[in-house]
Amino acid sequence: MSEAGRVPTLLEVHDLEVSFNTEDGVVRAVDGVGLELKSDEVLAVVGESGSGKSVTALTMMGLTRGPNASISGTAHFEGTELIGASDEELRRVRGNRMSMIFQDPMSSLNPVYRVGAQIVEQIRAHRDVSATEARQRAVELLDAVGIPDPGIRVDAYPHELSGGMRQRAMIAMALSLDPSLLIADEPTTALDVTIQAQLIELLRKLNEERDLSIVLITHDIGVVAEIADRVAVMYAGRIVEQGTLDEVFYDPQHPYTWGLLGSLTRIDRPRPDRLPQIPGMPPSLLEPPVGCHFRPRCPHAFDRCQSVPDLNTRLPEAPAHFDRCFLSPEQKRERREVGDGT
Amino acid sequence: MRSQLARFAVRRVLSMVFVLFAVSVLVFLIFNVLPGGDPAVRMAGKAHTETQVEAIREEWGFDEPLYVQYGTMMKKLFTGDMISYFTEVSVTEEIRKGAPRTFALAIGAAIIWMAFAIALGVYSALRAGRISDRVLTVLALIGISMPAFWLGAILSYYLGYKAGIFPNGGYVEFLVSPTEWLWHLILPWFTLSILFIGFYSRVLRSDILETMGEDYVRTARAKGLSERRVMLKHVLRNSLIPIITLWGLDFGAVLGGGAILTETVFNLQGVGQYFADAIGQLDLPPIMAVTMFGAFFIVIFNTVVDIAYAALDPRIRLEGGSKA
Amino acid sequence: MTASRDEEILGSPGTEFSLDAPAELAHDPAERPGLGPWRLTARRLRRNKMALAFGVVFIALVAACLAAPLWADNVAHTSAEENHLSDTIVLDGKTTNVVDLLGKPIGPTWGGEFFLGADGNGRDIMVRLLYGGRNSLLVGISAALGTILMGLVLGLLAGYSRGPVDSVISRAMDVLWAFPVILLGVAIGTVLAVQGLELGPLTLESDSLLIPILIISVIYIPYLARPVRGQVLAIREREFIEAARAQGMGSARIVFTEVLPNVASTLVVFLPLMIANAILLEAALSFLGAGIQPPNPSWGTMIAEGVERIISAPHLAIVPGAMLVLTVLSLNVFGEGVRDALDPRARVRIEH
Repeated sequence: MSEAGRVPTLLEVHDLEVSFNTEDGVVRAVDGVGLELKSDEVLAVVGESGSGKSVTALTMMGLTRGPNASISGTAHFEGTELIGASDEELRRVRGNRMSMIFQDPMSSLNPVYRVGAQIVEQIRAHRDVSATEARQRAVELLDAVGIPDPGIRVDAYPHELSGGMRQRAMIAMALSLDPSLLIADEPTTALDVTIQAQLIELLRKLNEERDLSIVLITHDIGVVAEIADRVAVMYAGRIVEQGTLDEVFYDPQHPYTWGLLGSLTRIDRPRPDRLPQIPGMPPSLLEPPVGCHFRPRCPHAFDRCQSVPDLNTRLPEAPAHFDRCFLSPEQKRERREVGDGT
Repeated sequence: MRSQLARFAVRRVLSMVFVLFAVSVLVFLIFNVLPGGDPAVRMAGKAHTETQVEAIREEWGFDEPLYVQYGTMMKKLFTGDMISYFTEVSVTEEIRKGAPRTFALAIGAAIIWMAFAIALGVYSALRAGRISDRVLTVLALIGISMPAFWLGAILSYYLGYKAGIFPNGGYVEFLVSPTEWLWHLILPWFTLSILFIGFYSRVLRSDILETMGEDYVRTARAKGLSERRVMLKHVLRNSLIPIITLWGLDFGAVLGGGAILTETVFNLQGVGQYFADAIGQLDLPPIMAVTMFGAFFIVIFNTVVDIAYAALDPRIRLEGGSKA
Repeated sequence: MTASRDEEILGSPGTEFSLDAPAELAHDPAERPGLGPWRLTARRLRRNKMALAFGVVFIALVAACLAAPLWADNVAHTSAEENHLSDTIVLDGKTTNVVDLLGKPIGPTWGGEFFLGADGNGRDIMVRLLYGGRNSLLVGISAALGTILMGLVLGLLAGYSRGPVDSVISRAMDVLWAFPVILLGVAIGTVLAVQGLELGPLTLESDSLLIPILIISVIYIPYLARPVRGQVLAIREREFIEAARAQGMGSARIVFTEVLPNVASTLVVFLPLMIANAILLEAALSFLGAGIQPPNPSWGTMIAEGVERIISAPHLAIVPGAMLVLTVLSLNVFGEGVRDALDPRARVRIEH
């Protein structure tokens, strides 16, 4: 902990709010999210689909901007304020100092261009290099992410590669300008289990060898355990718990996190690929519940939950472990033991 | 790869020959099996005697078995010896005269409708939901709701006859006077184009909107490409594929007789109008020849479109057979 | 290449997408689970006011044409075929010839008799317009239904049975597809218009409306049969068909209970747009003398007559043309609304 203060902060998000005007009304996708990412760190953002984790990531990249979106808050990244940046400023950051890879590697690459050409395109969008040089760099990158025969694959079309290879190509593309931050939005969800493991291994290697910071968006608790330094748990647009991997996994404070972790403790059983079942449905973000968003599904809810709990440290021994639940630490410990995934 | 291409070529050529053969048989049967088709009776005129009819039958070989008649007709079609039953003018000669006019009409219109469709489709997609998009939508739908011959007649009446801006139909050879040629073709070009402009711009608009929602467009933005490059290289490049294939199919269809109404209304004397004139007398030789001429272009352009499609979208592989 | 491209061009099951909000958000609130696809379609269609308005316009046009005898008997006091070459009417207190000595008919009187003027034979245009609309609509709607029925049967047969049946049907579709649509229609139409048709017990008079109906519906078969075949081929491979077969369901039952509901949306999208195109093709055939035969009025024949006399009496062409455009436009707008609500990616490519 004492060292943490000396590591520079790479990304700092405060009070991020994103809402969309839809035909049915205003959807509050992200509701006051704050995040902090140190250099060389892997931060996992965990939550169900619709929890706002992807929207948070896309907003960092400026990809949720549009006539129907309203965005407020701040996000400082290496001296750039991302939320307030002009489109052109943001364009110069993304793909350059900050890259993103997505869930479905098949649809994320343009089917009509060769893989190499798509990497070259990105390099030349940010650097004044010749096409030959850029192509050479593309081959090196494909090699670095573990694609065999990179000199041949550079001329392959996306549909000629397997799913895992495509995602590796996406990673190569994301790395092409040596970014300091990689945002990976469910990068392994669409892939086979063995391929998932290889890709997570690759991300970990890149994190260690290239000093690459990673924000990993996922709903897969198993992936988080393998790679994350710190974890943020999101539910219905808000962060409900945040801390180091150990803090969140071994001393979870929020009833939603208990539910999430419920199945992970059973290492004797195969891990389900979806989230463990928590009774009920996530709330509609059109009309979210008053107070704590988890209240309608929470077996421990009481009167105070009608108002919104702050994201606070509630444990004296863990000053960087935050949660959004009114229960006292003692109550939490007690109820967790009883209700824990059994 | 090469053997695959060769197989495609062979199968495709065989399939085209089959289709053309079938079309010719169908036309022949329509005129020889359906009642009202007996050409000898019609050629003999209203007041005819049985002897006259018999004489005509013998002279033109209508007394032969149908397959012999068919064979003779196809042989004449390919040797260029076919003549009209009624005017006895060489059919090949008439088509040779009409084809440049039909080509001029079709090529000019195809360029116009594609250019306008792209411009309007892109504009409409970029302004989706706004007033200008709605206005264009209504105009496009009106465009696809108008019969070409009616539109042609109205344009020709108001802009030609009344206002005197454009000539009142007819065709002038390009070599005789390029400006007159152009002047005579402008109204026909637009008359023929309106339908396609309306339809293509709608298709392009919805394809662009759909493509803008694709993951790879999001990737392109995430890469830090300029908005212009994202739109041109990723959105437009991919959403043009469907209308380019449509373009090929429709161009073939327009060459293959689809312009008959426009040609007739503007009196362009193209191949389509030749057909329209022949049909009134049920004059089989010109009908057969023009139909084969049209079917030929339709079939050719079907193949061209398949090749173009495979070239534009690497996921598509060329396979033999035609597109069924 | 083949099914894949046809599907892309001609329609395939598509998904709704939203431009502005990421997909996971756009879907969730607007489209709650439990809302069936048809209810969802109805909901989306209800929001499309323009489509609904034009749907109402079309129904009003049909109603007006159905009420033709009311207008003819009570307002115009004439029939669609009755000539009034030598009649006079009183206009603004002046007695006027319905058709003047130079053969020029009167224009719209905007009231009662000759509401929209007379044609060259002194016939009441309004009355002819309404009766002609009956014929045009009858031909258009019947032909569209005919195409859908035949195209559906052929598409289902080809896609479901595959093998030789599929080959034969697909070859036939190729031939029909390669045929210059309008040339084929004109050729058959003209031949039949001369003498009608006798096929065993079936006798068609040369001026029977069944002739254009048959011609139009046959010509358009490939436009429906091809996408249906492609869809059936794709549906065949899906698990629920496998499951139905494993349960011992017969082919016919599978087609009716499992396959048909899945191509239904294509048919629904196709119908209004097909009617619109059939009406246009009828007009084109009539213009070339191969459609509805005079003295039967139809919008096509009226336009054809009007175009010939456009210089002396432009209203003869403008009135039926405008009516036709309004009808076809209302079908196209409504049809687009249905398509957007049901299957936004479906494309109906039809020539006319």
